[in-house]
Amino acid sequence: MAHFDPNARPFSHKWMNERLAVDTLKRVLSTEYWIPKNINFLWAMGMVLAATFGLLLISGIFLLMYYIPDTKQAFDSVNHTIMGEVGYGWLWRHMHGVAASVVFLIIYIHMFTGIYYGSYKRGRELIWLSGMLLFVSFSAEAFSGYMLPWGQMSYWAGMVITNLFSLGSLDWQGLVEWIRGDYVPGQAFLGRFFMLHVLLMPLIIMALIVLHFGTLRIPHVNNQDGEEIDFEAEAEKWKAGLRKESKVIPFNPVFLSKDTFVLGIYFIFYFYLVFYHFEFAMDPVNFDPANPLKTPPHIYPEWYFLWSYEILRPFPKDPGLVAFGFAQVIFFFLPFLDRSPNVAPANRRGLFKFWFWILLVDMIVLTIMGKVPPVGIYTKIGTVAAWTFIILWILLPFITKAEKAVRGHK
Amino acid sequence: MSDRRDFFGKVLGAYAGLGALGALYAAKRTWDPLPSVKAAGFTTLDLSGLEENKLYVEKWRGKPVLIIKVPKNAKPDTAPNGNDKNAYEDPRLITVGGHKFMIVIGLCTHLGCIPDYFPEKHKFICPCHGGQFNAAGEVLKAPPPSPLVIPPFKVEGTKVVLGEAGPEYKKMKEKGLVA
Amino acid sequence: MKELKVLAVVVFFTLVTYWGVEPYAHKVMHKNVEEATFENFQYKDLKAPAKGDPAKGKALIATCTSCHGIKSQGIKAPMDPVAASQAYGVVPPDLSNAGAVLDEKFIANFIVSPTHAGLVKKSAMPGGMADAQGAADIAAYLKSIAPKEIKPKEAFEFACGRCHAVRYDKWTQIGQTPKTKADIKTGVDLALMDFKKKVGQYQVKLAEYLGKLPPDLSIIVRARSEEYLEKFVENPQHILPGTAMPRVGVTEEGYEKIYKYLEEVGDPSKPKREKVGPWVLGYLVLFAFLAFLWYKSQWKGLK
Ligand code: HEM
Ligand code: FES
Repeated sequence: MAHFDPNARPFSHKWMNERLAVDTLKRVLSTEYWIPKNINFLWAMGMVLAATFGLLLISGIFLLMYYIPDTKQAFDSVNHTIMGEVGYGWLWRHMHGVAASVVFLIIYIHMFTGIYYGSYKRGRELIWLSGMLLFVSFSAEAFSGYMLPWGQMSYWAGMVITNLFSLGSLDWQGLVEWIRGDYVPGQAFLGRFFMLHVLLMPLIIMALIVLHFGTLRIPHVNNQDGEEIDFEAEAEKWKAGLRKESKVIPFNPVFLSKDTFVLGIYFIFYFYLVFYHFEFAMDPVNFDPANPLKTPPHIYPEWYFLWSYEILRPFPKDPGLVAFGFAQVIFFFLPFLDRSPNVAPANRRGLFKFWFWILLVDMIVLTIMGKVPPVGIYTKIGTVAAWTFIILWILLPFITKAEKAVRGHK
Repeated sequence: MSDRRDFFGKVLGAYAGLGALGALYAAKRTWDPLPSVKAAGFTTLDLSGLEENKLYVEKWRGKPVLIIKVPKNAKPDTAPNGNDKNAYEDPRLITVGGHKFMIVIGLCTHLGCIPDYFPEKHKFICPCHGGQFNAAGEVLKAPPPSPLVIPPFKVEGTKVVLGEAGPEYKKMKEKGLVA
Repeated sequence: MKELKVLAVVVFFTLVTYWGVEPYAHKVMHKNVEEATFENFQYKDLKAPAKGDPAKGKALIATCTSCHGIKSQGIKAPMDPVAASQAYGVVPPDLSNAGAVLDEKFIANFIVSPTHAGLVKKSAMPGGMADAQGAADIAAYLKSIAPKEIKPKEAFEFACGRCHAVRYDKWTQIGQTPKTKADIKTGVDLALMDFKKKVGQYQVKLAEYLGKLPPDLSIIVRARSEEYLEKFVENPQHILPGTAMPRVGVTEEGYEKIYKYLEEVGDPSKPKREKVGPWVLGYLVLFAFLAFLWYKSQWKGLK
């Protein structure tokens, strides 16, 4: 039975505690949420992502006030009204565009951090899977957002990507038309992608962020040595004042202070891009209005989709689609394809060390080849890189199965 | 020791609050009316050839503008608040080309409904809460607290430009006849 | 120290990726632009004309004014833009500002042969309107009547604005969109509809003449690089072989004016960015510094 003191002053600490358990909430969510001491700034990337999502949300709210989801007006509502007339409209747009691009850079860093330190195993599988769901949702969010200015890139990317759903020689035109609500991307298409971008996908993303945080709670985050920490025992040490001896620190304020510092550095980088170097995130081709009768000479996805796009490109239609599908889902299976029980930095894990660095380099090569025109030497490099990617994943279970146990170093 | 640790956290928090204020300023600017909306604020009316005692409606900045060429005898049939003087003598009328006109923004000063004009009664009656005005826009019956508002205007021959403050408007303003 | 090493690795791979998808990929994709020559609007391929005499040019100008107006000299165009487009496909420009925007050598060559100077297959303006000396005289005359200073927009209107609209500045091929008023009872704005019809009639003829309607240039400065634009205007054929856009023959200063206008319309936030940017970054540097102090104080004695 809950107890409510009739004499407690409304909104006083006691009054609030009785109704909302603020002290407990604060303890559970921050002051006694334990983080290992032995981590580096890469563990702040999660907070950086959350903050970037915040920036996207805020700037998006302001864009939404003047954006018009109409194929005849969308382009000018963005490029004229918002960029030229609305007070600080240009700031919101550049912030939104740059954040949408940079968020993927951070996601990739965050993912590769997880892969490098083996943070997807030994109780952390759900963290990884919810993270991958976030990755997919962010991709959908980015893609639907890219449709909205209704420029040439919007239109033709919309055309190409929706055509993927005809599934090659299965030729499911009906499905493609259903997705578009039309024979070509048109008003129906813009309307539904607008809805996805401003409502459904953000809702899903917010729910997934909560899930992602939830999955972190029991296994806790990993650390630089993959050491298994007894969080209860270490927390007791901290509470007894053994700040130096304890292997853990509370999230708030100790880890938060470092997160905030990393965020500060990140914001300098981010706003530098927003004010002085935004072109990379706002493709020139999309400053030509959509023209259903003319494909621009070079069309390519935004940089963060390039690696999977390049896996599709060197193959004939059907195998290309299979390869593309493979690339889209394979990261989900990482916790199960890695057969070694070792949770340790890749550099201490025998062959996996090579697997990790080759994968990283290969994906960068794929990314670059995905952007340059598919001619001559680029096609060859692209094909090799695409096969390398596929083979790496086929090899993964075998090389990890053969991996020797790593002693908890230190 | 722990005080010192908290101290920097508080400084940082205050400083972040400062940044939030800056962001709020940008947000405020985003809500401001657009320059194109502000620039679109001029309307020219040609008043030659209007009939007496007939209501004409125009539009200025999206709001209705009510125009009446006021006849010599524009005494309201009744005036619940006792203000039953002839509207033709009202200093709020605007003389254009030798005739006197009422030119007001047609939104009731109570809560913004458009009052209806009854020529035979020489008065406006607001449909929303029953406020009444005479043919010069003066209040005859509450709830409206003040006369119908005269927009900035400039007389040019038989024409009137709304949105620009001419000498006649400025004079009225000095006398406190316009808001 | 270790963290800096980790940071170095992250930065390294980020920069490689950036280099690959931005500078490198664009270089490969826009090879033709990069390789196209640029000669600062010198038009070296055109013959230098004989020295022109403005007085003689003035005497010859009637040849031109049967189609062109010269407002600054009180000469009105014989046809309005729409009528002219029905006759020629495009309106012959008013020549008041020609000398302020165009290269004198180019004008002289253009009068002799518009297709040769303009690098196009056909031109609404007939060639051989004067012999080489006469053309040089007319060019000198046009230079002599040119105003010293013209506004960026005037340069654009003369050189580009008869074929390209700029809707963000309400500019159409036949002039500025007038301010009109819709009828209060119906919401119909007949004057505007009339104007739009005229623009439409003009555009149809223009597209017939050129093979397509030249694009609106409202935000062309964001859609094409600076390098692309200047090389293209200097010699359209170098960038888009076969294009119907003629070489217009602007001088370097003329081009700068035009670009300035396009930038004001197409990237209006540039001055604001430059003003706000340093403040935001300055704020954040101090933020990071304060956060660093907090971090250091919190982590003191932990290891
Ligand atoms: C934008 C979406 C995301 C947000 C807001 C987010 C947020 C976070 C946060 C706050 C943490 C804890 C701090 C840290 O270790 O950095 C975390 C950890 C983690 N995230 Fe994410 N994340 C996102 C996307 C992803 C993605 C795409 C993946 C990979 C598929 C992923 C995988 C992980 C893993 C494996 C951890 C645990 C790291 C460890 O235990 O050391 N996350 N995330
Ligand atoms: S709005 Fe007119 S009386 Fe209330």
